[in-house]
Amino acid sequence: MPDNEKTFPPVPAAKTVPKKRTRLSLVWVIPIVAAAAGVWIAVTKILEQGPEITIVFSSADGLEANKTKINYNGLNVGVLTAIRLMEDHKRVIATAQMNPKAKDFLVKDTQFWVVKPRMSGLNISGLGTLISGYYIGVQLGQSKESEHSFTALESPPLSDNIPGRIFTLKTSELGSLGEGTPIFFRKLEAGQVVSYELDKGGKFLNVKIFVQAPYDQYVNPDTRFWNASGVDLSLSASGLRVQTESVMSILAGGIAFETPASDAPLSPADAGAEFNLFSDRTEAFRPPSRNPHTYVIVFKQSVRGLEVGAPVFVNGINIGEVTAINPQFDAQKVEFTVPVTITIDAARYGVKFLNLPEGEDAAASNQRVINAMIAHGLRAQLKTGNLLSGALYVAMDLHPDASPVTLDWSQNPVQLPAMPGQIEAVEDTALNLLKSLDTTLGSVRGTLTNADKVLGDAGTFIAPNSMFNSQLDNLLQQGGGAAKALRVLADYLERHPESLIHGKSGEAKP
Amino acid sequence: MSALNPIALEQGLQSCHGCGLLSRPAAGAEEGRCPRCDEDLHFRKPKSLERTLAYLMAAAACYIPANLLPVMVTNTAGGSESDTIMQGVVLLWSPTGWPLSLIVLFASIMIPSAKILALLYLVITVKRGSIKNNSQRVRMYRMVEIIGRWSMVDVFVDTFTVALIQLQPLMSVEPGPGLLFFAAVVVLTMLAVESFDPRLIWDSANANEIQNEVTNA
Repeated sequence: MPDNEKTFPPVPAAKTVPKKRTRLSLVWVIPIVAAAAGVWIAVTKILEQGPEITIVFSSADGLEANKTKINYNGLNVGVLTAIRLMEDHKRVIATAQMNPKAKDFLVKDTQFWVVKPRMSGLNISGLGTLISGYYIGVQLGQSKESEHSFTALESPPLSDNIPGRIFTLKTSELGSLGEGTPIFFRKLEAGQVVSYELDKGGKFLNVKIFVQAPYDQYVNPDTRFWNASGVDLSLSASGLRVQTESVMSILAGGIAFETPASDAPLSPADAGAEFNLFSDRTEAFRPPSRNPHTYVIVFKQSVRGLEVGAPVFVNGINIGEVTAINPQFDAQKVEFTVPVTITIDAARYGVKFLNLPEGEDAAASNQRVINAMIAHGLRAQLKTGNLLSGALYVAMDLHPDASPVTLDWSQNPVQLPAMPGQIEAVEDTALNLLKSLDTTLGSVRGTLTNADKVLGDAGTFIAPNSMFNSQLDNLLQQGGGAAKALRVLADYLERHPESLIHGKSGEAKP
Repeated sequence: MSALNPIALEQGLQSCHGCGLLSRPAAGAEEGRCPRCDEDLHFRKPKSLERTLAYLMAAAACYIPANLLPVMVTNTAGGSESDTIMQGVVLLWSPTGWPLSLIVLFASIMIPSAKILALLYLVITVKRGSIKNNSQRVRMYRMVEIIGRWSMVDVFVDTFTVALIQLQPLMSVEPGPGLLFFAAVVVLTMLAVESFDPRLIWDSANANEIQNEVTNA
């Protein structure tokens, strides 16, 4: 060894470096695992978060941040994360965290609404929310345009899943209609009222109805809608008639529709088409006005019982109706006059015109006809149409002995002549009738007393154990005996017809 | 100091962690076993500061999800509701329930964080060889050791609730993911306390060479 040292040239000795403690302790795995778990949780949390949207509600009633869910077809797609008042302090704006998969929902015409228990008509919906609290319903939009701020609907929209169409009905008053009021077609439930709102002018209401398939195909431009609420009682010559769509419509109201039979089948009405809502079926099916003429009749008598809408009859045919009653007071003459405006439209009420001269102007023709009729003594009178209610109608009848009148056609409307007093006469007659009825009733009462007495006598007469009864018994017994003898005789004669001539001979040898 | 209080380390003696028996290390080997209780013998807990720091960092990493994630998910017929610890504190806070709310706040939020911070302080001061407030720091260590396990109360309450409230389908309670992290925080801080050797606090007061010898060992 020492030799080696000598033989080798001097070489620098290898450096001895103290072994560095580079090996990390195993314990550091723990914080690394912990941090990794934390990061993993954070990443999944961030990935789970979908888009954030805002929904404007009219009220935050029943909504709670972090609790109120957004459900689509019963599936949770998001949750409200914050609710705050809008800048205008009128509505509330809610921020909602949607699921990442709900991205497709966020298009322009997607609709949101609060699902809460609702009772409309006889339909109850959203009962589950009594326990679970309200939630937000979603209806998927069709639009491709993305949108992140929405305004919630006040009431749930009709599900797109039900085929059908929406129409608008115009009505002057809502009556007992409401959301969910059923629509009937031939007494079948065919849809319901979706919503209603006052028209901008405030004159009438627009009622949106949904008619579901297949009934919607029966709605065409000529279809009539009428309010079928309650019971329709009508007293006619054929008796009392009760008509109603269904028990449900009595309780909750309803709308019925029907299409008048027409020769040419019409194509179904477009979705969103507007219709008038008539007050009843008769009103709905009244023919539309064709050729109306307005006249005025000045009455000087009492018009109590005359109403707008009262019919005008000529010879008992309804040809028009009263459209206005405008009482006047003349201070000079010190008298009340009542000009009653009537509309005559004979064609509307189904009067057919025969032998009309061709080529004549319609107005001129009308003027000629009216003039001729007035010349023949046509006068207007008020008559009682219904003794019970005292309702009046305008009767136009021919009174050939009436003093002649010429019409002033320059006026608009033209004044037709009236004849006073028919009502008083009718009232007198009615009174007389009642009086005579009274005396008749008196004598009837006397007759009834007598009849009663007679019946009482008869009662004692035929009572059991009475003389009459026992005699009757005897009589009947004897009658029975006689009948028996007669039968024996008849038998004998059958067997011995010769005995009629020869007498009873064979008695000795049977 | 060393003159007044003879230290086992300076005398080349090892004290058993288990039974406290003082023994001479086996000849030629640094690590032997306690002749009385068969426990591994060290001059000081091995890699004490490093392990404590590792546990502390793990605990700190778990502390964040423990507080952000729900610890309890309550399913009722109406839907489910998940609450984090802080939400529970807010929920309990009422004119009559505020003491309970405070207990939860202390046991579940303040104590774990205080534990992590206190141990971190101890590790840093020992590493820097601080010799100030030694008795204060040891007292702090004991406090941490004693009080720390009470944080587990929250985990127990949660697990009991989960086990007891199972009224399917009316109502049920499920543990949330936060609970796992919270339990991890408690366990990790306890491990950190366990791995910290309080004698290191006093060692700093001794000569630097001894200090180096200990940490290198």
